[in-house]
Amino acid sequence: MATQAIPLGEEKAIFRVCPVTRLRVDLAAERMIIANATAAVVFLLVGGIMGLLLALTRWEAIHLLPATWYYRLVTAHGFNMLVAWIVFFEAAGLYFGSTVLLNARLVSPRAAQAAFALMLLGALLVNAIVLAGHADVMFTAYVPLKAHPLFYLGVILFALGALTAVVLFFANVFVARLEGRYAGSVPLVVFGLATAAIIATYTLLSGAVAFIPAFFWSLGWLRTYDPGFYRNLFWGFGHPAQQINLAAMVAVWYALAAITVGATPINEKLCRLAFVLYILFINLGAAHHLLVDPGLSFAWKMFNTSYAMYLAVLGSLIHAFSIPAAVEVALRRQGYQRGLFEWLRRAPWQEPGFAALVVSMILFGWLGGVSGVIIGTEQLNMQFHNTLAVPGHFHATVVGGTTLAFMGLTYYLIPLIFRRELRWKRLATWQPYVFGLGMLLLILGFLTSGTLGVPRRHWGVFTTPAIFSTLIPEPARLTLAISGIGGVIAAIGGAMFVLVVLSSVLTGTVQEARSLRLVLADPADPPEATEITHVEPRGTFLIVLAFLAFFILVYFRNWWLLGVRGWLVH
Amino acid sequence: MVAPPRVWWRPLDRLERTWLLLALGWCLVLFAMMPIWLAFGRHNVPATTYRASAAQFRQRVEEFVQKYQVGVEKGIPIVEPPPGDIYLLARQWQWYPILKLKKGQTYRLHISSIDVQHGFSIQPANLTFQILPEYVYVITLTPLESGEFSIICNEFCYIGHHVMIGRILVTD
Repeated sequence: MATQAIPLGEEKAIFRVCPVTRLRVDLAAERMIIANATAAVVFLLVGGIMGLLLALTRWEAIHLLPATWYYRLVTAHGFNMLVAWIVFFEAAGLYFGSTVLLNARLVSPRAAQAAFALMLLGALLVNAIVLAGHADVMFTAYVPLKAHPLFYLGVILFALGALTAVVLFFANVFVARLEGRYAGSVPLVVFGLATAAIIATYTLLSGAVAFIPAFFWSLGWLRTYDPGFYRNLFWGFGHPAQQINLAAMVAVWYALAAITVGATPINEKLCRLAFVLYILFINLGAAHHLLVDPGLSFAWKMFNTSYAMYLAVLGSLIHAFSIPAAVEVALRRQGYQRGLFEWLRRAPWQEPGFAALVVSMILFGWLGGVSGVIIGTEQLNMQFHNTLAVPGHFHATVVGGTTLAFMGLTYYLIPLIFRRELRWKRLATWQPYVFGLGMLLLILGFLTSGTLGVPRRHWGVFTTPAIFSTLIPEPARLTLAISGIGGVIAAIGGAMFVLVVLSSVLTGTVQEARSLRLVLADPADPPEATEITHVEPRGTFLIVLAFLAFFILVYFRNWWLLGVRGWLVH
Repeated sequence: MVAPPRVWWRPLDRLERTWLLLALGWCLVLFAMMPIWLAFGRHNVPATTYRASAAQFRQRVEEFVQKYQVGVEKGIPIVEPPPGDIYLLARQWQWYPILKLKKGQTYRLHISSIDVQHGFSIQPANLTFQILPEYVYVITLTPLESGEFSIICNEFCYIGHHVMIGRILVTD
């Protein structure tokens, strides 16, 4: 007789049952979710303060920081936001998706603690060495600009911790399957998180291949390190790292749509196909940063930057339709049937998760997605490479998109995982709008400044003490001021978020969650109950057509702008 | 959030299928624009590169400056070469030398760095190229308008980065 490898009868973890969702929550997993989410918010706070100081420096009428501190804080802000805040939050998300949503347990609490410790140690090391002034090299640390060896070591330790968390995600899902905790297909949110985890695996490995030689080189063990080679390896880590955020953010969008309006994907096949397109093609995006580099051919650049004929962009265009469509169908089933847009007017706009979902999708898609495709087109890139338009693009994707989506989800983690009552609900309702408005101004200011030639990572184009003028056109003063004002408003929105979260977690009443929604009552009837007629997302179809028209217009306008440049080049 | 029904491999709806085809079509247009522009556009990314060490490149630039120098401004030589091969050196935190070009003429600009990475950004024309040490990028340029142009370094090259501003003069 075969022996049973996994003792099914005996429970290896302590669970509680959530009274709202009826999901079983492993308490060890819950502790790790809380630890990672808390670390994430703390780094968001630190990085946010730095961001405010930077915004007030780039607004040249104010020009707050001296040059050295400006560059130092750009380095630290980039690391704390792009790496620490987001990856800590994603670790929390991965544990949540692989345990709570599957009724499963955390396979190894010990490993999760080790992952957390490594990430925290790495993040603190990087911050210490940068703030001490030994690594003014920017987040990208382009060889041969050399930082202190501990800077590279800090990044490597952080990456090792993150990789451990990713491996744990797969282990949790695998063991949950073996122990029979779920049957059939995993929920779409978990599928999206699995996409993020798969992308994370090859991304972190590429990061190791880039940073470990850089570490050796900074110690003097390696004599030279080819700068072109480093750039290729670094962006094999740096760009896909943003695609982890993308996949995780889309998963969070589906989660927010489910929480706030009870939306379920209208066609699982299509949504899952879109995630598979990410896995297969998105790593090619590394080449976006090498479009005007010496040493690479046209064919290589064209194939790689377009994600093999834009198949990853196709994935995003699918989500751009399927998420609002799911929301529309859910709301129509609740009775908002009239006209094209009654569902939209009657949507739960006061619910912070819904507000975060909508604002995040608009900023990500209309600004981040469109600008990304344009900047990432081989010839068009000559107009944008290393200008402020590039931070304009990634603030739309990573801040307006990912960060806002994660903020929205955090509000729901407070009652469900932290088991505290959310405080300052009115503030939470307004927060996504304030933050979104600030980011909108900042992004538009950055994008227009970039179009005028203003470089990124530059202390001042009008205030530089250089021997020659930069000849940047005067309107850039205005566009830089707009981004500065946007930065201040976004900082207020960020402070509102931190205030709500910290006061809820520290002083909120301890209680079990009572409903899924925070501000409004839960949707009247669950969508499954009234699944009688066939409902078409006609309003959404009109919205995506408008989006496509906008995309086409902006895209060809940029080709026209390139065609009228006063210098021919080839 | 919740697991899908057991069979979720369902055919697409009418609107879903329409959107998928529209999106796919648009992606193919995006892709086609690049080779089309390569064939017909007059602004394309240069692809010529060769390797040279910092010492070799510096020597070649010095020879070039000696041969065609016509003046000096703020300690930096002004060079007026005939159309053809011209040289520009990037270093912390200077573009060397100042180039004086003729409108409508075509030049092959050999450009490299002798220390860290830099960004070659002509303003206000706003065109940018990445400059790496050890790699010489050959950029074929034709100025269509006369006047004064600046070169901004737009790749962070350590704390004096913002003072690295160069100059190109284009005469009729």
